[in-house]
Amino acid sequence: MLKMTHLAKVYRTEVVETYALRDFNIDVKEGEFVAVTGPSGSGKTTFLTIAGLLETFTGGQYHLDGVEVSQLDDNARSRIRNEKIGFIFQAFNLIPDLNVFDNVEVPLRYRGMKAAERKQRIMDALERVGLASRAKHYPAELSGGQQQRVAIARALAGSPRLLLADEPTGNLDTQMARGVMELLEEIHREGATIVMVTHDPELAARAQRNVHVIDGQVVDLAEEPRFHGHAAHVANS
Amino acid sequence: MFSYYLQLGLRSLRRNPVLTGLMIMAIGFGVAASMTTYSVFRATSRDPIPQKSSQLYMTQLDNWGPEHIEKGEPPPALTYKDAIALLNAHKAKRQAITYPVGVSVIPEDPSRLPVREGAYATGSDFFPMFDVPFIQGNGWTREDDDKHASVAVISKSLNDKLFNGGQSVGKQVNLDGRLFRITGVIQDWAPQPLFFDVPNTGGFDEGASVYVPFNRAIDLKLPNDGNNNCVAEPGEGWDNYLRSECIWLSLWSELPSKAEANAYRQYIQGYAATQQAAGRFRWAPNTRVRDVMTWLDVQKVIPPESQVSLLVSLGFLVICLVNTIGLLLAKFMRRAPEIGVRRALGASRRDIYAQFLIEAGTIGVAGGVLGLLLTGLGILGVGLVFPEPIARLATIDPVLILLTLVVAIVASLVAAFYPTWRAAQVQPAWQLKSN
Repeated sequence: MLKMTHLAKVYRTEVVETYALRDFNIDVKEGEFVAVTGPSGSGKTTFLTIAGLLETFTGGQYHLDGVEVSQLDDNARSRIRNEKIGFIFQAFNLIPDLNVFDNVEVPLRYRGMKAAERKQRIMDALERVGLASRAKHYPAELSGGQQQRVAIARALAGSPRLLLADEPTGNLDTQMARGVMELLEEIHREGATIVMVTHDPELAARAQRNVHVIDGQVVDLAEEPRFHGHAAHVANS
Repeated sequence: MFSYYLQLGLRSLRRNPVLTGLMIMAIGFGVAASMTTYSVFRATSRDPIPQKSSQLYMTQLDNWGPEHIEKGEPPPALTYKDAIALLNAHKAKRQAITYPVGVSVIPEDPSRLPVREGAYATGSDFFPMFDVPFIQGNGWTREDDDKHASVAVISKSLNDKLFNGGQSVGKQVNLDGRLFRITGVIQDWAPQPLFFDVPNTGGFDEGASVYVPFNRAIDLKLPNDGNNNCVAEPGEGWDNYLRSECIWLSLWSELPSKAEANAYRQYIQGYAATQQAAGRFRWAPNTRVRDVMTWLDVQKVIPPESQVSLLVSLGFLVICLVNTIGLLLAKFMRRAPEIGVRRALGASRRDIYAQFLIEAGTIGVAGGVLGLLLTGLGILGVGLVFPEPIARLATIDPVLILLTLVVAIVASLVAAFYPTWRAAQVQPAWQLKSN
């Protein structure tokens, strides 16, 4: 599903080159739930943004769902993000001017989907996260946990093949964090491939496999993956 | 996606009404200033007879000599003897000599007072040559010209005054105590600029109410009511005046093809050479035969203040646009996090361009509507800056309305181009990381 080989990411200034990732290798199989852990500044978020095609890389190879992505133009990368990847961010990143319904609708709009299908998918996704009744609420009217659930609904609505989560519970209290984590596990059990960046060992332990990143390199690929399911898509459709 | 982007644009504008208002005002005021001055410029620079302007020619002939003219430009009118000689040569499809006369129109009803009306003495060709629109009858005939007939053409306004707008062809009109038979009634016709009489009107005038045959006017010694320029004392009496080198007559010719125009030019040049050979002109032939637009250009009919004010207002529009660029940049870049999210969720750079340009377009439409209202006010106030004959020409018509909206929208899009480009360059990774 996601395979990076000898991947490098270098930030260059006039005087210094900084390696965010160096000889980075990872292979995430379809249906896996992988936790990427490591200390602050280790490169795990950079890995996630490259994995999500939000950023380009300097060297190496990256195959996403069998496609080598380094030569893709902006349109093609945007289309892949839209159709194959769902993002869940630590800060939720909901658009404050849009209500819950409209926030979840954003990726579907870029897919050029018909209104009726959009509505069906949005309501399914919101029901899935238990927020169908809050469709007309604005993000500011929701708790942190509810906002993250909306973000998850937004990620699920497009039925992506890969969910990328960056510290999905980082801004939540323990109870809300537990709820969000249970939701991710449920999504995974239904067949989704999830890659989650976290520095919380407790959360990491709930993933099938842990990948530890230090100084931009994978230092320890943990035990063999334990699959829960093998459906091709996140099961909200 | 257009309706989606439009919806987003309107929502974004409502979110920050002060900033939105500032941008709309900047566009509105800039466009209104430009359109107000443009309306004046357009009125003063337009082709007064577009269907024929390239076929109508004004004749100039230097009968004064280089010491009496400026920059080699022949006088803007002809002497009687030259005008008559050129007319009688019949070298054009149509030709007419014209000069303004002032007449008193004496109503039949003795209880009503005489009215002073602007009039022109001219030839029968004047009406078909200039496509003068008739509502009753026609112009007089060439035969009437030859017979020095007492005939007249009057305007609709005068017909309304004298005959309550009724049928008046064949009736008599009393001009300065002499009766003229009416052959036709024309619309209140005064093409602007009044190309056929620029030397006497400056190009802008209400036109005349009465037209009488040139030959008859000469017989009646109707004095020239326009400019009269002489380089030497003409001597006493009407006949001496006609024989003098005073210039006071316009000669217009209709020459449908370029070949005919060139042949006519050669003829005029030859005529001047003949005058030189005869000893009348002690200088080389110096003539001009110019079509309508060239004539208006040479005569500098467009007031310089109209051109200057247009340039100044366009400069003001540019300043407004620069301000709008700054405001849009601030507005768009404040939404960098939203742009980052949208890019992450599948928006391409093209999508971001479309979204933000459409948002800017909505500002343009709003600015255009405001600009339209302000242009209306501006046009009402044109009279404070320009003379009345010019000010009344500045009007709002569908073309100006459309142009105002188009200029506002295009100006907004131009102003939005850089801010939108910056918005499209937002790196989603950095935005999302910084959150």
